[in-house]
Amino acid sequence: MATDTGLESLIDQTISVITNDGRNIVGVLKGFDQATNLILDESHERVYSTKAGVEQVVLGLHIIRGDNIGVVGELDEELDSNLDLSALRAHPLKAVQH
Amino acid sequence: MLFFSYFKELVGKEVIVELKNDLAISGILHSVDQYLNIKLENTRVVDDTKYPHMLSVKNCFIRGSVVRYVQLPPDGVDVDILHDATRREARGG
Repeated sequence: MATDTGLESLIDQTISVITNDGRNIVGVLKGFDQATNLILDESHERVYSTKAGVEQVVLGLHIIRGDNIGVVGELDEELDSNLDLSALRAHPLKAVQH
Repeated sequence: MLFFSYFKELVGKEVIVELKNDLAISGILHSVDQYLNIKLENTRVVDDTKYPHMLSVKNCFIRGSVVRYVQLPPDGVDVDILHDATRREARGG
């Protein structure tokens, strides 16, 4: 079994990042390093709230410092296009408490 | 190194990883690295009505620094082997 441990397989794919302060940022992975610093292109933040649907805030090209990263998810485009973000209501994620 | 080796033995098993933001993600352990970063396949958030933030994610990389617990399958630990390995490590390899 090929057990690649890095993020090579996600390069040029759309990923969903959960940061330690509870934000969710979606973008195309352009680069990364040992410390999980990430370069995201065409990125946007998805802001969750219980009052309204998910708001998408355009961020563009961003570097996220590895220290501040919790989860890097591979975004399944088909599943994502079937999601109705405007109807999705949820509390924002909590910040990581070390 | 013991826990790195130990997690490598668990590759292919179903685990639940609880993060330090209370999010719990279940999935098949795909790989682990020296930082205990974890890759899961076929993931599902345990309480996905409360946490719909990862509904369109099926494979993910979890940074080792945000992991609080890893719940293992009941047959995930061979206690005798782990005891021996722990003693060996305590003696300095």
